[in-house]
Amino acid sequence: MPILTVNKLTKSFGGLMAVTNVSMELEKGELVGLIGPNGAGKTTVFNLLTGIYPPTSGTVTLFRDDKEERLEGLKPHIICKKGIARTFQNIRLFRDLTVLDNVRIAMNKNVKYGLFSTFLRTKSYFSEEKEVLEKSMQLLEILKLAHKKDELAKNLPYGEQRHLEIVRALATDPCILLLDEPAAGMNPAETAQLTEMIAWMRENFDLTILLIEHDMSLVMKICERIYVLDYGMVIAEGTPSEIKSNKRVIEAYLGEEMGNA
Amino acid sequence: MEQFLQQVINGISLGSIYALMALGYTMVYGIIKLINFAHGDVYMIGAYVGYFCMTNLRLGFFPSLLISMLVCAILGVAIEKIAYKPLRNATRIAVLITAIGVSLFIEYGTMYIASPNPRSYPRLTGFMAKSYQVGGLTFSAQQILIIIITVVLMILLQLIVKKTRIGKAMRAVSLDRDAAQLMGISVDNTISFTFLLGSALAGAAGILVGIYYNSINPLMGMMPGLRAFVAAVFGGIGIIPGAMIGGYFIGLVEVMVSGYVNSMFRDAVVFAILIVILIVKPSGLLGKETREKV
Amino acid sequence: MGKNIQASSGNRKWISTAGKLLSLVLFFVVFQLLISFNVVNDYLFSTLVKIGINIILAVSLNLITGFTGQFSLGHAGFMSIGAYVCAIITLRYYSVWGFVCGLLAGAVCAAIVGILVGLPTLRLKGDYLAIATLGMAEIIKILFRNVLDKWTNGAAGLSGIPQFVSWPWLFVLTVGTVILVSNFINSSHGRSCISIREDEIAAESMGIGSTKYKVMAFVTGAFFAGIAGAMYSSYFFYIDPDLFGFQKSIDILVIVVLGGMGSISGSVIAAVVLELISMFLQAYPELKMVIYGALLVLIMLFRPQGIMGSRELSLSFLKKWTGRLGQKNGGAA
Repeated sequence: MPILTVNKLTKSFGGLMAVTNVSMELEKGELVGLIGPNGAGKTTVFNLLTGIYPPTSGTVTLFRDDKEERLEGLKPHIICKKGIARTFQNIRLFRDLTVLDNVRIAMNKNVKYGLFSTFLRTKSYFSEEKEVLEKSMQLLEILKLAHKKDELAKNLPYGEQRHLEIVRALATDPCILLLDEPAAGMNPAETAQLTEMIAWMRENFDLTILLIEHDMSLVMKICERIYVLDYGMVIAEGTPSEIKSNKRVIEAYLGEEMGNA
Repeated sequence: MEQFLQQVINGISLGSIYALMALGYTMVYGIIKLINFAHGDVYMIGAYVGYFCMTNLRLGFFPSLLISMLVCAILGVAIEKIAYKPLRNATRIAVLITAIGVSLFIEYGTMYIASPNPRSYPRLTGFMAKSYQVGGLTFSAQQILIIIITVVLMILLQLIVKKTRIGKAMRAVSLDRDAAQLMGISVDNTISFTFLLGSALAGAAGILVGIYYNSINPLMGMMPGLRAFVAAVFGGIGIIPGAMIGGYFIGLVEVMVSGYVNSMFRDAVVFAILIVILIVKPSGLLGKETREKV
Repeated sequence: MGKNIQASSGNRKWISTAGKLLSLVLFFVVFQLLISFNVVNDYLFSTLVKIGINIILAVSLNLITGFTGQFSLGHAGFMSIGAYVCAIITLRYYSVWGFVCGLLAGAVCAAIVGILVGLPTLRLKGDYLAIATLGMAEIIKILFRNVLDKWTNGAAGLSGIPQFVSWPWLFVLTVGTVILVSNFINSSHGRSCISIREDEIAAESMGIGSTKYKVMAFVTGAFFAGIAGAMYSSYFFYIDPDLFGFQKSIDILVIVVLGGMGSISGSVIAAVVLELISMFLQAYPELKMVIYGALLVLIMLFRPQGIMGSRELSLSFLKKWTGRLGQKNGGAA
């Protein structure tokens, strides 16, 4: 059963085709990789899926709770509320806020108390705030960041900042998680740990994951299927072993280390 | 019809002054992305220096014009070095607040030293005090002078920006500061030079508005400064020809609103234009859209 | 065991809330007595009123500029709406109820204009928004002077406005504004606003509708600026359009910047400090503005976070601070 279908998604920036006719399908619970050389348009695909750029043409359809919803052209916050969360390639945490606040902010879309309760601190304010706090702490606990809840996000070491971005995305309670180069800048040990964590998250949070990654060891190890993007077009699709032996993919990556993966 | 043409002439004269100021806003914005709030005050200082030269030193108009431009150029560079340069890597809002601070400092400093009362500008003499009738239209010599000086200065500016090394450096820095630096361009000197050019033009505008309206005061730069900024935005901020077009446009609008509606509404109309442009096409008449990279 | 700890921390919260309430009541009573015995004479009281009004203005602008990160240079425009609406109503209905209606109507009108101004302009970024709000405030000023002059008496202004603002009013409105605004900031709505300041794109991607929260902050800020305006007209019994120009907006901005963008207590401290400075410089209004200008530049150059940064004055903060001082002294000895 598909959870997301992307049909002929296209984006041009003033005549420059960044993404051309990209079609993809994500099955529920799948872990799919999106790879390709630098500048192939991978992050642009994420930006189109999350509404940061409106696509020039093409459709994005989400199937959730037996409902079919078209997502293209919607604002990012609405797409997030529909259930797609993401991380950013160049970490975009709320740097001057605490770890806890970063997570709590991502939970705001579920908070129901209104302005009246806000100003006058009614009961619903206290009960909901308490719930948000507890849920945030649970998440931080699971991903081993709880002891740093009062640190400013910018003071975390690099690896933990990447983890916090994932926690923050999880806090929005998504059904689909888009990870943009989660292992960038990590050493092999950290990458191995992250690989485990991603697989574990998928099981425990009932997620479908699409991830962009340059680290082939990670991609080949955990992804069930892979899409390869080059010059904004999908040039191959298949299981890791199919992709490894695909001629067009090897051409596109010529000079990059494919064999070692 | 004659009345309308007369208004057009008045509008172009006034527009020349706005265009000169708008050039300063646009060049500075183009290079360091700052709305230089103090620019209107440099123009005011230009007017005061001109006044001082023509009354106290009894100099003629042209020497006074040159001295004004020189003093303003120095002032502009000084402002940049003291107040803006240390904030090169600060947020844009921080620099904007600094610019507002500099503006207050100059306005009220002048008020403290030179008294808040308006001063009347010395009358020009000789051929510059005459006015000419052409088919029912009146051209005052001042208007002709304003228009000619503005055109000459604009041509000079274009030559500097397009033909000289430093002009090329200015364009390079405004496109990509880091890349320009890597290419061996001294970014600091280029930015200072931009302030120098912009401020000299504001100085010229100051003395021209003095002879045009005959009255100057320490807060005279505030509203015209904002109008000139609107002109720069209208033309497309960061784009030199845009500032010229915008300046004449705002000058014409102001004269027409004052002439046919009510002079009290001119600022309301100018700001309404600003808000409409910002919402409909924030990049202005000649500008291109840009977007943030995610 | 765990429950016990929670209960005791609940108790502690209770005690600290009660302590805060008590100190507020004490503060109120002391000043009431000082006023009754004329230790705080009319002149000092007018300074107190100015401080209160400036606190409300600064705290409400801080919500927009410091917390939500939307740079507004038109706050005086909202203030003028509150001032005029309240003045016009109290001039017609000379009673405390007239004043209460005027106060509320002024604030609501300011908030409505806040929506009208905010919806189109809040799409603009940083310095463009600053200029657009400045333009809006100028347009409001021109409307009061030239278009609505049937009610506002144009450039000559309104005078003889009934005076209702006494110490209890001043106290309740000022303290009330500070409490309500801090309640807002320490809520999920407030955190949404702050996240927009930090990174608008990330906030949007986390499900936060930036337009909604920007407008919310803007309108709330406008509402309280309206209250401040109403208090101004009711205490100083004279208003004209030029009182609420660009100058006034800058005055408010100086308080926010000096106190620290993103700190309520900073705004309160800065409002008090600056009013005291301008009290001493009363004879030299130009000098005051020169100092304001220099202050803005110096703060940005040497302490861009202002007095308080984005921290708040609290007991634990004070303890830490005195602790640090103690350590320093100890080290020296």
